[in-house]
Amino acid sequence: MNNGGAEAAVAPVGGPQPLEWKFSQVFGERTAGEEIQDVDIISAIEFNRTGDHLATGDRGGRVVLFERTDTQDHVGHRRDLEKMDYPINRHPLFRYKTEFQSHEPEFDYLKSLEIEEKINKIRWCQSAYGALSLLSTNDKTIKFWKVQEKQVKKVCDLNVDSTKAMGNDPIVGSSISTSSKQYMANGGCTSNDFSLLSGGLPSLRLPMVTTLETNLMARCRRIYSHAHDYHINSISNNSDGETFISADDLRINLWNLEISNQSFNIVDVKPANMEDLTEVITSAEFHPIHCNMLAYSSSKGSIRLIDMRQSALCDTHSKLFEEQEAPGSRSFFTDIIASISDIKFAKDGRHILSRDYLTLKLWDINMDSGPVATFQVHEYLRPKLCDLYENDSIFDKFECCLSGDGLRVATGSYSNLFRVFGCSEGSKEATTLEANKNPMRRQGLTASRPSRSLASPSGVVRRGKGADNSAVDANGNTFDFTTKLLHLAWHPTENSIACAASNSLYMYYA
Amino acid sequence: MAMINEPLYPIAVLIDELKNEDIQLRLNSIRKLSTIARALGEERTRKELIPFLSENNDDDDEVLLAMAEELGVFIPYVGGVEHANVLLPPLETLCIVEETCVRDKAVESLCRIGAQMREQDLVEFFIPLLKRLAAGEWFTARVSSCGLFHIAYPSAPEALKTELRTLYSQLCQDDMPMVRRSAATNLGKFAATVEAPHLKVDIMSMFDDLTHDDQDSVRLLAVEGCAALGKLLEPQDCIAHILPVIVNFSQDKSWRVRYMVANQLYELCEAVGPEPTRSDLVPAYVRLLRDNEAEVRIAAAGKVTKFCRILNSELAIQNILPCVKELSTDSSQHVRSALASVIMGMAPILGKDATIEQLLPIFLSLLKDEFPDVRLNIISKLDQVNQVIGIDLLSQSLLPAIVELAEDRHWRVRLAIIEYIPLLASQLGVGFFDDKLGALCMQWLKDKVYSIRDAAANNVKRLAEEFGPDWAMQHIVPQVLDMINNPHYLYRMTILHAVSLLAPVMGKDITCSKLLPVVINASKDRVPNIKFNVAKVLQSLIPIVDQSVVEKTIRPCLVELSEDPDVDVRYFATQALQSSDQQMMMSN
Repeated sequence: MNNGGAEAAVAPVGGPQPLEWKFSQVFGERTAGEEIQDVDIISAIEFNRTGDHLATGDRGGRVVLFERTDTQDHVGHRRDLEKMDYPINRHPLFRYKTEFQSHEPEFDYLKSLEIEEKINKIRWCQSAYGALSLLSTNDKTIKFWKVQEKQVKKVCDLNVDSTKAMGNDPIVGSSISTSSKQYMANGGCTSNDFSLLSGGLPSLRLPMVTTLETNLMARCRRIYSHAHDYHINSISNNSDGETFISADDLRINLWNLEISNQSFNIVDVKPANMEDLTEVITSAEFHPIHCNMLAYSSSKGSIRLIDMRQSALCDTHSKLFEEQEAPGSRSFFTDIIASISDIKFAKDGRHILSRDYLTLKLWDINMDSGPVATFQVHEYLRPKLCDLYENDSIFDKFECCLSGDGLRVATGSYSNLFRVFGCSEGSKEATTLEANKNPMRRQGLTASRPSRSLASPSGVVRRGKGADNSAVDANGNTFDFTTKLLHLAWHPTENSIACAASNSLYMYYA
Repeated sequence: MAMINEPLYPIAVLIDELKNEDIQLRLNSIRKLSTIARALGEERTRKELIPFLSENNDDDDEVLLAMAEELGVFIPYVGGVEHANVLLPPLETLCIVEETCVRDKAVESLCRIGAQMREQDLVEFFIPLLKRLAAGEWFTARVSSCGLFHIAYPSAPEALKTELRTLYSQLCQDDMPMVRRSAATNLGKFAATVEAPHLKVDIMSMFDDLTHDDQDSVRLLAVEGCAALGKLLEPQDCIAHILPVIVNFSQDKSWRVRYMVANQLYELCEAVGPEPTRSDLVPAYVRLLRDNEAEVRIAAAGKVTKFCRILNSELAIQNILPCVKELSTDSSQHVRSALASVIMGMAPILGKDATIEQLLPIFLSLLKDEFPDVRLNIISKLDQVNQVIGIDLLSQSLLPAIVELAEDRHWRVRLAIIEYIPLLASQLGVGFFDDKLGALCMQWLKDKVYSIRDAAANNVKRLAEEFGPDWAMQHIVPQVLDMINNPHYLYRMTILHAVSLLAPVMGKDITCSKLLPVVINASKDRVPNIKFNVAKVLQSLIPIVDQSVVEKTIRPCLVELSEDPDVDVRYFATQALQSSDQQMMMSN
């Protein structure tokens, strides 16, 4: 467990300086005493590839899009700016762009099952010609959405007076098809007449169109349904731009974005007899560069890397990443807390970040003997596992994310806290932030020492005690297991984090 | 505003509806774009309608798709080929939109227009358009551009040609895999227009880039390019440049690439010619037949016969046959099934002796396969092997296979074998059929599943056609008619159905003497469903039998049924009576 920590402690002190996180923005902030509607709770967050757009999904099946505002004036020059070696004194700012209802509650009559509308995952697709496109999924159905600017037009100068047309509307409707057919029937001779008149029939004119304003329109282009018997936990786009995968508890399916009526099952871990079931799939993601590689995690704490080139059915993995448990440390909770809730590839594709109940682990895909680093997220909860089991919190699925440069990782915790760790060699960066307008408040309260070793047990214990004390004096929501920060995302190019505290979206930068 | 006179009204409405809020009406108008254009005249179509359409590019994809298609055939309406260039701008925008099918259609239309355009117009309008797309900011534009080079290239002056080749080579190395895939797909078409010296240098280096692409989704499209390029190159160049690529691809890490090779191998062999096929591609093919991945073996197994046809029988026996033997016991049922569907075709290639010696054991083992599809595939191609070695050698094993399939617990399997019974009957002959299969055919009439009973009734008719009425009178009709006394009304209904099918084949004498009495008898059935089916059958018998029989037997029976207490029976009886009335009027 302490491998990563020990390494970090031994390694020469250096590496990048810890980041100073500052509050940037909040959307949907809760006012004091406001009751949270369950449907408003955010259940998915995702930046697009460029980081110019951010999407959130909620339990009410809605998808909300935000767009970056601070770069719009000089989008074309951004790359040049980045190349220049002076610090840019601005941070990503976003504004609300649009929202749409992605999923509705449904009922599966065959299985007598209610299908929630809650958005489980959102993934952006390659955008083209000004249209944004993304995939969103609930437990069963994946949808492909296209969001595009539509001009709201006023049409005038019609040939037929609209009031007159309104008057005999049904007759117009029916007469069009029949009379135009008649026209077609003797089209041969009439067309001769037309060409005699130079300029055609002058009394006919095309409608005049004036653009009033542009409006954003979301259209559902494709629905990929009926391919999952169990709940979908992840979707992931392939780098080839034409396929994606969807994973449920027991199977992973491969789809072509253009084809919604067929998918290929590439992984199936369902045992012949369901009583033999010991392990389920918890998360799956494509490699960011190699279109043939994907990784999936399991409830037993292992990550499997698959090479789709080897075989059409990928039930045998090409690499297995799991940590040997320390002998004698087994307890009733060992298996439960080992379950991986989320995995993410680093942008370079070399590393995989995984989150289990108590830790974040960073793996090198070329090293399957163990993680290269382990970060304790809230080790102080270890003595409380029994309580956490009682109130089901132990099954909470925390997501994790990596910075675009791969130097830092982040994940959420309880009491609306989230933690950022430096993962470059020698880095001891370990920051605790609260999803709040004053993110460093916690830091002060618990008097955390910036120099302490990451995984040093003593440091953790102190942190834990400090928090325990604060439970008495602070707002009374410390260790509040109901305020958990499950979803967060790191901006792909900048040090900026978006995280969801129940119904509010907080953004931080450094 | 409302001064449109009567005959123009429909067109006026059509024009207005180009901007209607209802997408169906907009689609309808776009589909009639040629009508609108004719009404406006050529000049106003050029100056007003086309620019109007160009601005319409944010419409729904369905409308854009229809527009892309219509514009492809619009040259006559804008004033002929000399004005064709006005159609390019709207199609150019459609080439960039997000939706793939719209772009594909726009490219198709552009190619159609470009193929008709005058050379100087191509240089002045089409090539600049192509260059804009190829350098487009959105990847969609670059994807579309790949499909236009083969139209533009032949008309381009020398300097431009060089530029176009450079552009295409850039597209082959684009950042976006989608663009590279499009470049790979269209390389063959473009190469066909490029002059031989450039083909060997420029095109081959592009091809080389694509075959080494990191993304297997690109590499597997390059496989198709192999065949197309191979046909363009001189034989010796083809052997020098294409053959090693094919051999490499056949050992690619990615099963999808190997699958493509297996699927395309026949075309690839044609491209490289017979000699290299024997020396290099036979080993490659053998590797594919023994591939680790079942999908690859399925593709390879399905090409066994086609591949052997381009080899001589000696090579086939020596190299391919051992693999075929292995495949016949493959662990994947789908591989065996693919093999079974083509293996019978090998008999004529190998000749009688080799077939008996080598293939027959394979046939027999496949006929005993545990997977019904495999057995069915063998049986369905029985005629091919019959021509070479005769059926006798097989018949001993055939019968158990057929019986087992006939009693399979999956009704779809039973259905499939019923479909083949007439084929089997014609191959096996009357004698064999009488002994073994007759009973089966009767058994199917009493199947639990309706589709089987229905197919069985049809089968009885087809057998009667195959062997003639006399044989049917002896071997089918009595057995079928016996079953009319079955206690279950659904089975009685099947018999009625069989009777209605048999009657036209058997002719009026047998119908009157044997079939009709049974039907008349059934009109006394206690189940109304039988009775109204009797009415339907009687209606179908009216045209077959003599008028006197209709008057004497059929009509009285129908009249009686038309007074039945059951409403459905009355309905169908009345229907039948009416049709018999009509029949009489016609004949009078």
